[in-house]
Amino acid sequence: MIPLRFAVGQRVRVRAVFPPGHIRTPYYTRGCVGIIESLAGIDPNPEHLAYGHLGHPPVPLYRVRFHQPDLWPNYGGNLQDTVVVDIFEHWLEATAHA
Amino acid sequence: MPDHFHAHPEQPDIEDTPFTEHQVMAQALEELLIAKGFFTADAMRKGLEGMSTASPADGARRVGRFGEAAAFEERVLHSVNDTAMELSLHVGQIPIHAVKNTPQVHHVIVCTLCSCYPTALLGGSPDWYKSRAYRSRVVREPRAVLEEFGTHLPADIEVRVHDSTAERRYVVIPMRPEGTEGMTEAELAACVTRDCMIGTALPQVPQP
Repeated sequence: MIPLRFAVGQRVRVRAVFPPGHIRTPYYTRGCVGIIESLAGIDPNPEHLAYGHLGHPPVPLYRVRFHQPDLWPNYGGNLQDTVVVDIFEHWLEATAHA
Repeated sequence: MPDHFHAHPEQPDIEDTPFTEHQVMAQALEELLIAKGFFTADAMRKGLEGMSTASPADGARRVGRFGEAAAFEERVLHSVNDTAMELSLHVGQIPIHAVKNTPQVHHVIVCTLCSCYPTALLGGSPDWYKSRAYRSRVVREPRAVLEEFGTHLPADIEVRVHDSTAERRYVVIPMRPEGTEGMTEAELAACVTRDCMIGTALPQVPQP
């Protein structure tokens, strides 16, 4: 069993890095803070899979929920609105603050 | 000849444009896999046919069954793929996750990175779902986009957009509308359109 670095409800920041390659972490989430909504699964790493490798070792994939104003500072809707993005564990770091 | 002299623009056949590198690669791969006996041409055709005959009505059947059995709803939220088998639907290996609308939360589905969609359950995705406009706007101004679809949500409900960026697909289970008490599974399914299961529309009860 692959150990999980993050727990449901934990506050996490998406790493603000911009490597080349087949990346499944949307730009608009980089550097943003959200909370772990749930574990979506433990999946082959798409960044390796895309180049003919097997994607081993598999990586925990979390559903991370962001409040809209944390993604878009000028968000015009209800401030309770959210976006949930599937993000692989190696893109996340623990953070205490928003 | 009838008097038919105005020019018609020529509609190119698909073979009129040169094959792209990816078309050549896909064609070569297909021929190799068949030649080496991994699958037959007939199995491949059946697979393609299955994908293009999957339909939003299949997804709606599942929602319709909610009226019949609360236990079924619980199982759907646990695994769409497993419950599809109960309706004799084969929706493939890619996990499909159902999200259920409530009076507090309205869900909408998008894939901003490409156009991931629960094709095996709902059939091919609509063109607008693949457009840059929908993909870029629905994550940053979902309420404006929903308004353009004619979908008005109360200001106090949370709009929760799901960006399916990985090997997971999402489908929205709409709220059961008022006036559907006592409806059969088929009648309920008829209220649920494709867009309801993407989250850009709400189920409509047919007026008698």
